[in-house]
Amino acid sequence: MLCIKNGVVIDGISSKPYKADILIDKGKVIDVRENIEISGAEVIDATGKWVLPGLVDAHCHLREPGYEYKEDISSGTRSAAAGGFTSVACMANTNPIIDNAAMVNYIKSMAMAKGVVKVHPIAAVTKGQKGEELTEMGELKEAGAVALSDDGKPIMNSQLMRLALQYAKGLDMLVISHCEDLSLVGDGVMNEGYMSTVLGLKGITRAAEEVMVARDIILAETLDAPIHIAHVSTRGSVEVIRQAKRRGVKVTCETAPHYFSATDAWVDGYDANTKVNPPLRTDDDVEAIKEGLKDGTIDIIATDHAPHHRDDKEVEYSLAANGISGFETAFSLAYTNLVETGILSMVELVQKMSKRPAEILNIDAGTIQVGKFADIIVVDLDKEYTVDVSKFYSKGKNSPFHGHTLKGRVIYTIVDGRVVVKDGQVIL
Amino acid sequence: MALKRKDLLGLRGLSRVEIEEILTTAEEMKSLLLSGSKESSLLQNKSVVTLFYENSTRTRFSFEFAAKYLGAHTASVAVSSSSVAKGESLIDTGKTIQSMGVDVIVIRHPMSGAPHLLAKHVSASVINAGDGINEHPTQALLDMFTMKEKKGAIDGLRVAIIGDILHSRVARSNIWGLTTMGAEVRVAGPPTLMPPDIDKMGVKVFYKVEEAIKDADVVMGLRLQKERQQKGLLPSLREYTRLFGITEERIRLAAKDALIMHPGPVNRGVEIASELVDGEQSVINQQVTNGVAVRMALLYLLMGRNQDAVY
Ligand SMILES: [Zn+2]
Repeated sequence: MLCIKNGVVIDGISSKPYKADILIDKGKVIDVRENIEISGAEVIDATGKWVLPGLVDAHCHLREPGYEYKEDISSGTRSAAAGGFTSVACMANTNPIIDNAAMVNYIKSMAMAKGVVKVHPIAAVTKGQKGEELTEMGELKEAGAVALSDDGKPIMNSQLMRLALQYAKGLDMLVISHCEDLSLVGDGVMNEGYMSTVLGLKGITRAAEEVMVARDIILAETLDAPIHIAHVSTRGSVEVIRQAKRRGVKVTCETAPHYFSATDAWVDGYDANTKVNPPLRTDDDVEAIKEGLKDGTIDIIATDHAPHHRDDKEVEYSLAANGISGFETAFSLAYTNLVETGILSMVELVQKMSKRPAEILNIDAGTIQVGKFADIIVVDLDKEYTVDVSKFYSKGKNSPFHGHTLKGRVIYTIVDGRVVVKDGQVIL
Repeated sequence: MALKRKDLLGLRGLSRVEIEEILTTAEEMKSLLLSGSKESSLLQNKSVVTLFYENSTRTRFSFEFAAKYLGAHTASVAVSSSSVAKGESLIDTGKTIQSMGVDVIVIRHPMSGAPHLLAKHVSASVINAGDGINEHPTQALLDMFTMKEKKGAIDGLRVAIIGDILHSRVARSNIWGLTTMGAEVRVAGPPTLMPPDIDKMGVKVFYKVEEAIKDADVVMGLRLQKERQQKGLLPSLREYTRLFGITEERIRLAAKDALIMHPGPVNRGVEIASELVDGEQSVINQQVTNGVAVRMALLYLLMGRNQDAVY
């Protein structure tokens, strides 16, 4: 038995934090109330700390199989745990692509064998993510895929996207769309605007994202099918989604911490750690993302954890790979830039990083309740620290936040009642 | 006298004092050249390598002559851009060159920011000889040197830059340098070849070439890459010449003694009328001579750097 004592609890359901002890046995929460006294239980003293449901990431890249030099399930789930995530949904753009039941099973068995947090595979929408033929979605669902996405690549063919939404709807499966019109992207490598002009780097217009967000919403609306928009980064996208929600379209969306924490001004100096897709945008977009998070237009915060080897980043900006190693900074960035600044309350942050992502992916997680899995984290909100990529558990040391001081740190991560992170260190 | 910096990566961020220093030193270098002395020992025992990932015979020769006239050892490394795509690391190449005892690496590269990456990883001085669509600082310095030589000063000059601003590293470097030195810079070209928010760099933007040229003291044409048409950025070269070509008729709108400049090589009859290239107002050939003087100045100033240089 494990007892987390004296912490401030946000359970994901109650509208307010409260003081309580949490008793865990056989992987489940068995009691939540003040002053639980049980002899023989291992005790975590959470005095002065906050106790939250384990974070749920609806969008990450674990790179296994195929790119184990960038990350694998072992390092990736340890990185996730260090960041406070107890469940993560990994994208299908591995090599081979997760586009058949055998691959879904492979990910699940590797996660069982080597992982320290729960891994939920997202399968591809189209075979080989080629955007040509639909995958066997029914079989993928039976195998355990929690959603469908060709993330990394847009589905450029509108008819195929329409059919995907239609077919997936019949199976109660969610399609997650990577919105990017490739003809508008061209050979762009950063946000198009003053900074791309100054740096002489080819720009990517915001419209490249926004026209696809609009297209996908229109398709979902005509079919009355659900759609989830990945990594929203622009003011225009937020506005299109806001209007769609008002009309009752079944659209949900996510943003990633870098889209409310950094701008294209960070590209100055050509550090490829600032290269992401979609690209870092402007102050105005950051403002809009925050507004969208505050008014609920943006449902959740996902990491889009995209680890890369340094050889893929220490190159000319145009050649560098896209992506930030995101697990280990996500909570601190969200706390520092959203809660400390008064945009979200802690209860709202927990909604966006635990409860809602679990609901959107339809997985049993995201709350602290008697009878449920004991996926719990303990965080110290007063803890200030400087991001040091060399200390990342992830193999990917690619973060533009290296050297930045952030507030709020994960101290304990508990998965199914088992302590994975203790005093900020992964112990499994 | 020295530039207090390790590298020259662009004119962005260069101070007025630094630019003046380079231009003044270039005057001395030019007199040295004109005196017929091509055997100075100012850079004796120094080594300069030109590392070109893009063909540019004229820029490469200009740097190599500049280095040789100052007594430095030179070598050139030509790398095909295809080896960049093959993943041969720029950093590795730079470190290898540095291990051979090289003091200055002059780099030309098809990707913006490549010299910045190299500079971060080698202790040798890095000079940007053109990176992607970002900057071509020595070209702009020689343009400014030519303007100063002909007009006496840069402050207050009205300079019109005409053409494909979007893809022009020459335009960007000139904008940084000229605005720092107090010139009024106007840019003109088709909207599809104009970078976004360029007005925030302190220039006036025109889509009618006549308006940009009116009363200008300097009219600078830019080379138009013919592939732009295939990419849909232009309907046709013919229409481009009609709307944006620097013609004899249009040049009459400029100040009487306006200079006509072009970084070369010129597409005669496309961006600029052939008669103007060879005409009295053209300083296109002087630009080439001045290029050597400016590069001599720069090599000298960077090599003369002392301990308090910024690394
Ligand atoms: Zn994506």
